[in-house]
Amino acid sequence: MSLPFLSMRGICKRFPGVVALDKVDLSVWPGEVVTLIGENGAGKSTLMKILGGVCRPDEGTIHIAGSRVDISSVADANRLGIGFVHQDLNSLDNLDVAGNVFLGREPLTGGFLRLIDRRRIEGDTEAQLKRLGLAIAPRTLLSRLSIAQKQLVEIAKALSMNARILILDEPTSSLTLTETEWLMSVIRGLRSQGISVIYISHRLGEVSECADRVVVLRDGRNAGELDREHISHDSMVKLMVGRDLEVLFQHTAATPRESGFEVRNLRTAAHPNHRVSFAVRRGEILCLGGLVGSGRTEVARAIFGIEPALEGECFLDEEPVRLGRTDHAIRRGIYLIPEDRRRAGLVTQMNIRENMTLASLHRYATAGLIRRSREARTAQAQVQTLRIKAPSVETPVSSLSGGNQQKVALGKWLSMRPNVLILDEPTRGVDVGAKREIYGLMGDLASRNVAILMISSDMEEVLGVSDRIAVMREGEIAGFLEPHEFSEESVMCLAVGGKAMAGERAG
Amino acid sequence: MRKELGITLLIIALCVVMGIFNPGFFQIRNLQNNARLVGMYGLISIGVGMIIITGGIDLSIGSGIALLGVLLAMMIHPVGAGAIVWPWPFAVLCVILLGVFLGFLHGLLVTRLQMQPFIVTLCGLLLYRGIARYIARDVSQGLGNNEGFETLARAAKGSLCGVPMPFVLLVAVALIMYVLLHRSVFGRHLLAVGRNEEAARYSGINCARIITAAYMLGGFLTALAAILFAFYTNAVQASSHGNFYELYAIAGAVLGGCSLKGGEGSVPGMVLGAILLVLLRNIVNLLGIESSLDFAVMGTVILIGVLADQILQQRRKV
Repeated sequence: MSLPFLSMRGICKRFPGVVALDKVDLSVWPGEVVTLIGENGAGKSTLMKILGGVCRPDEGTIHIAGSRVDISSVADANRLGIGFVHQDLNSLDNLDVAGNVFLGREPLTGGFLRLIDRRRIEGDTEAQLKRLGLAIAPRTLLSRLSIAQKQLVEIAKALSMNARILILDEPTSSLTLTETEWLMSVIRGLRSQGISVIYISHRLGEVSECADRVVVLRDGRNAGELDREHISHDSMVKLMVGRDLEVLFQHTAATPRESGFEVRNLRTAAHPNHRVSFAVRRGEILCLGGLVGSGRTEVARAIFGIEPALEGECFLDEEPVRLGRTDHAIRRGIYLIPEDRRRAGLVTQMNIRENMTLASLHRYATAGLIRRSREARTAQAQVQTLRIKAPSVETPVSSLSGGNQQKVALGKWLSMRPNVLILDEPTRGVDVGAKREIYGLMGDLASRNVAILMISSDMEEVLGVSDRIAVMREGEIAGFLEPHEFSEESVMCLAVGGKAMAGERAG
Repeated sequence: MRKELGITLLIIALCVVMGIFNPGFFQIRNLQNNARLVGMYGLISIGVGMIIITGGIDLSIGSGIALLGVLLAMMIHPVGAGAIVWPWPFAVLCVILLGVFLGFLHGLLVTRLQMQPFIVTLCGLLLYRGIARYIARDVSQGLGNNEGFETLARAAKGSLCGVPMPFVLLVAVALIMYVLLHRSVFGRHLLAVGRNEEAARYSGINCARIITAAYMLGGFLTALAAILFAFYTNAVQASSHGNFYELYAIAGAVLGGCSLKGGEGSVPGMVLGAILLVLLRNIVNLLGIESSLDFAVMGTVILIGVLADQILQQRRKV
């Protein structure tokens, strides 16, 4: 083959505490569709952000059409022919299609009046839309378009800037089946016009349908590549997984009791066509695994009453739990520690004492008046048992480290004797030491007959902490895994939609 | 508490300067009159302060004071032969219940129907003023020589050991509100909702109920102030009575440390803010500055005050 149009060599990117990319290479030839796959956190998005000019690499070189380039801004990327269609579309709903396509680079007319040349932007937009086979008028307001149509408008925008490479970040994650087919045919059309596409997706089915080549990242490194003829579901999963897992935590599984917490036919607004059913016994740690966006958080929020469930029932020790009211869940000892602790888990401007007691203030009050000494005693006890590093219980939570903040969020519920504890990404942004302590704590709770439901995207955590794993995919549970079936491959297989590879697991 | 200390020092400094430039400032009559005004404006500052802590606002206070004042006057001192005179305790109860009910309506529109507080209470501002003028037929509703409701008149504009009643009432209300906001479960929940509504929801707090309660508290204090203001002027002119009072109330609360973003504020601060505002008007008056500059002085002081506070806070963070 001729020279690649794009060649990235030895790209490194470090964030505080993590190496996001470690000497990653990526080449793309003209008119080629390359799909980029890997687990959550493998470095796909960071690599694309570097190419799109959103952030800069610490090391490495980028060549486009043979000459070395320096991409230091989005404008640079656009000028070099790189178009980036983000997963959460950046389009403005209050403008029309033409306005979006030419946003920020509107051709002017009228001399010093600096008016927008409507005729030109509408004409040019129409030409681009035609090229994509999109039959909508340039004057249509964006708010009236479907997500798929908005996506194509974004593509049209990139094309009107003469993009030679199009980056599509999980374009199909919120599209229907027919819309996905439509997008695939658009991609094929672009390829025949000599435009290259870098396509990020978790849906291995569509990857094998449209890719000329698959590039796999794992833990910020190149894990391998597959040519057209070698692309298969199994070969992709094999490259995505397979790193050495550290032993994080030895959970001596207490014999779980039969009673516990049960969810039956739960349907949430995010995935209205799927029902979720599972049970967590007391003394058991059940992990809800799967990819980000597979509907796990929504299930947790519905159980806890933060958002209404469309349908479904919950039972604690065979007694029904009323859904849709947070205070009812709390009264039954069902607690949720949300994934975003700064936004939802803690009131960061308040101090440790006030956060610890916020959900159970009435216990510290006589006749509606709070007894601060009682509060302080509980908070102090939690600070000691959880080994929270803070000068005093009057320290504002905002000044604590991530791990200590998470411990405060935990302590808030631990002082209230949980029956069911739901932890959504319990160790995100938490240092290794605090991680171990949190795992140890979860084990302690389980041995004290608490039913624990953990949501996690961290493979080490999923495999290292759980007694059982329920893997979710696009709003439903794709399968349950017992300890003897635990492996990265089996989890990944269920998460991305394949048959469990029974034969290989034994080996 | 640092904020409150700053305002207190500013108030003391202003008093000293005033005493030097115009000894008339420390005359008992002037001090009494200031205390009376502080009593009334302080009530509405606390009322709107509670609402501001939730991240909301109440623009309808002035119109509410006019409407409730007109109603009070028409109930206890109706004009015309054969008009029914309501017993004053009943009239007071009606006025206060109506004030609480209006607050409840605002709270409902804000929480259940997700309307913006600014818009809800802006409509209240227009609506209540219109209703007040209509039922009063745009005629001033006087309280005459308070015949038949002397007890109420004494409670509203008399004095206790030389201290004007409105100020006595403010002290009582402020004490209760202090305990409510800074010591009670409700107050902690209110501050939590104002600081981070999402986190409050995840702690099982019924945010809608807390916010509605704040608007009802505001309505209650508006009604209380409405009775005092009606007796202060002894006649209620529906088209002008209470004009701009919501802005004085908000100014007092903001000077006292409330942030319009919500979650910040203390009862002592709100009272101190009200004192500072009344003091400023008195200064303009006593120093012989054109009274038309009233608003200009207030605006300048609020601007400088809030700016200074912001600069100090940023410096503390570094």
